[in-house]
Amino acid sequence: MTRRLRIGVLAPALLGLAGLFAWAIAGLPAFGDYRGPYGYVLNRIVVPLRHSTNVVMGTTFDVRGIDTMAEEFILYASVLGVTLLLRDEASAGRVERRTRRLRSDAVRLLGVVMVGGGLLVGLWLVAFGYITPGGGFPGGVVLAGAILLLYLVGSHRDYHPFRNEHVLDPFEGIGAGGYVVTGLAALASGMPFLANLFGHGQTGTLASAGSIGILNGAAGLAVAVAMLLLFAEFLETYVVPLEPEDAGS
Amino acid sequence: MLATLVPLQAVVFSLVALGAPLVVLTRDPLRQALVNGIYGVTLVLLFVVLQAPDPALSMLVVSGIAYPLVILAAVARVRGERRSKETSDD
Amino acid sequence: MSYLPYAVAAWLCLVGLAGVATSKNLIHLAICLTVTQSSSYVLLLTVGYVKHGKAPIFKGVKLGTTAVDPVVQALTLTDVVVSVAVVALILALALDAHRLSGTVDPDRIADVSG
Repeated sequence: MTRRLRIGVLAPALLGLAGLFAWAIAGLPAFGDYRGPYGYVLNRIVVPLRHSTNVVMGTTFDVRGIDTMAEEFILYASVLGVTLLLRDEASAGRVERRTRRLRSDAVRLLGVVMVGGGLLVGLWLVAFGYITPGGGFPGGVVLAGAILLLYLVGSHRDYHPFRNEHVLDPFEGIGAGGYVVTGLAALASGMPFLANLFGHGQTGTLASAGSIGILNGAAGLAVAVAMLLLFAEFLETYVVPLEPEDAGS
Repeated sequence: MLATLVPLQAVVFSLVALGAPLVVLTRDPLRQALVNGIYGVTLVLLFVVLQAPDPALSMLVVSGIAYPLVILAAVARVRGERRSKETSDD
Repeated sequence: MSYLPYAVAAWLCLVGLAGVATSKNLIHLAICLTVTQSSSYVLLLTVGYVKHGKAPIFKGVKLGTTAVDPVVQALTLTDVVVSVAVVALILALALDAHRLSGTVDPDRIADVSG
């Protein structure tokens, strides 16, 4: 298909879609004119019922817990797909190690400070997710970023960030599986799947919100390990020819 | 009717609307990763003015850490494969 | 003017789709797809916005204060993070195509396999 023909097909299709969008938008209530009852109801009931001051997290891990489980499975399936496509056992032995020292001590010092700060921020986001904004999903990404930075500020810049990324595989399983097990635990104790199991504790403290804290932690672990695995698979197993400057040093 | 859309919100919505074509029109993936990061920041601002701190944090770490890492790794891998092919052809 | 937010969401979707259709590089295509996906975040949060509403976090805020819809925020929050894994999967497919055909241009991949 030539480029001209493709644009010829695309333009009317996009115009038609734009027309449909305009028709749909004309039928929507004006911006800020919220009609649905769910937002009002949840904002009233989640804090008294679940003792989680962050209603968004209360919704993610309790009211909408099963949907979030499905989202975690999408994450899991994607990581599985990337691993199957890119983890090539046969070529793993052929990988050239390109190691070059990070030359500037100032940059390395900054990196070390950022690793510490990143880990702290990540753990804080995960831990206090159901009280203030944050939670397992963004917190997990920050944790993974901080751990990856560790490899950058180490004495070697290495395209093979993990000695053996198979070590990470079970942790991904624990993260995704822990969510399901928490749900099954509720089932085993005679309550519906993913019902909130534990005492609700004191609102606004870490010891509150019952199962939400555990599901939040499981999601944080699953996200952090998923990100690490993704980066590991991408950075691993591609053959880098040694440049003269590297070969000499 | 204008009262529902605060001027600040209108400005940020316009920024996002301007950012998207810039991302699409940047054809070099390496530059695009950078422009996409800036577009991500405008989305973060939008989420903040729409009173959504949780999605804003999520978007911030994803557009600041995760997207660039995945895209840069993919670009590096394509270039690396290409270079190793050239050297093996010689 | 009060329909501008919805128009922005529709615009992002169209721009992203145009980018996907005219892309000459699979990595570029994947990033264009994230632009299309960002339109869903904008639409969700726009639909859930309540006039003069505050964020749905009641730490130090009296219960019953008008707040925006937490459901759409929960949807957006998980969607944003999961989108990274989906983009990574698309990029992995692009890398696989590059390994097999030696190109990341969708048009030339079709030539190689045909």
